Amino acid sequence: MPMQAEHELHGRRRSRNVGLGLVLVAFAALVFGLTVVKVRQGDMMEAFDHQPRVSALPKEALAPAGSAAGVTPAPEASE
Amino acid sequence: MTEIHAYEGAPEAEFRDYVALLKPRVMSLVVFTAFVGLWVAPGDMHPFVAFCAVLFIALGGGASGALNMWYDADIDAVMRRTRSRPVPSGRVTGGEALGLGLVLSGLSVMMLGLAANWFAAGLLAFTIFFYAVIYTIWLKRWTPQNIVIGGAAGAFPPIIGWACATGGVGIEPLLMFALIFFWTPPHFWALALFMKEDYHNAGVPMLTVTHGRPATRRHIFAYTLVLAPFAIWLGLTSVGGPIYLAVAIVANILFIHGGWRILRRDEQAAVADGYRVEKQVFRLSLYYLFVHFLALLVQGWAGAW
Repeated sequence: MPMQAEHELHGRRRSRNVGLGLVLVAFAALVFGLTVVKVRQGDMMEAFDHQPRVSALPKEALAPAGSAAGVTPAPEASE
Repeated sequence: MTEIHAYEGAPEAEFRDYVALLKPRVMSLVVFTAFVGLWVAPGDMHPFVAFCAVLFIALGGGASGALNMWYDADIDAVMRRTRSRPVPSGRVTGGEALGLGLVLSGLSVMMLGLAANWFAAGLLAFTIFFYAVIYTIWLKRWTPQNIVIGGAAGAFPPIIGWACATGGVGIEPLLMFALIFFWTPPHFWALALFMKEDYHNAGVPMLTVTHGRPATRRHIFAYTLVLAPFAIWLGLTSVGGPIYLAVAIVANILFIHGGWRILRRDEQAAVADGYRVEKQVFRLSLYYLFVHFLALLVQGWAGAW
């Protein structure tokens, strides 16, 4: 038997706390899921950050393949 | 036995009281129509992104519901239908409803922009503004045409859904907009006919109060006539097809017939049978909108024109 009888008020508070907790967990899962999908779709993940960077340029603007390591699509496996 | 409370007044809110602030039943309509708009649009979205987009549109709709409950607490407290809502019943304070509405508005617009595109997010922001400020704060208490203009807010979700998928708008989502827009007045006026005194007591200028019931009956019938061509036209666009057209023709004949029956009745006949026809037409109007969008969904799945 519990030491103190629980007041009905605590039940209401618990429902709020648990509810908000579940909402926050679901939101984190949603953002994570969106991130995974967007990265897999190959969306641009870098934005301009006050300084031009090769990795944030559109692909067409780049020099012929091979010159900018890291962004240019890796040469396809020839097999 | 006397119950002793450690606090006075209304009990503290539970989680579901905050959920109720978002008007879940209105949200279900938003989810459905936004999803159909997104589904029938050309261009493919990743299913998870589409799911998130619909969710954030619904959240934006819920946020505007919370803002509405914040501002309308005085009206809600008077009307029997709304008296037990969280704010007028005292379980949630007005400030909390306002805060929740503002936070969720910002969050839903931002997340929709990140998940889909910023054009759709802008439309969502405009919809929230339109419902909360133009409709709730300004027009609802001022003009008997409140329902007509407020209906525009409820008509936006399919456009937003379409914009999520395509990044723009076209004639098809605009016709879906028209479908909901012209459907709203007969739907709510049929309700107002049998809810009788409620709106009057709350001081909301409903057409039944300002222009009388015979005028309301005429308006209902007129709107069912205006609505029909838009419903059929939608069937002739790229999202239409034989299934949709067949459903639209049958549903519109039924709805116009319902409007006609409302028009032909006088108040005594209505009182005598407890507003039976008005209640039937109200229920019919719910099915009307549902089957149209369901038919679009099925048509999109089966292949449109």
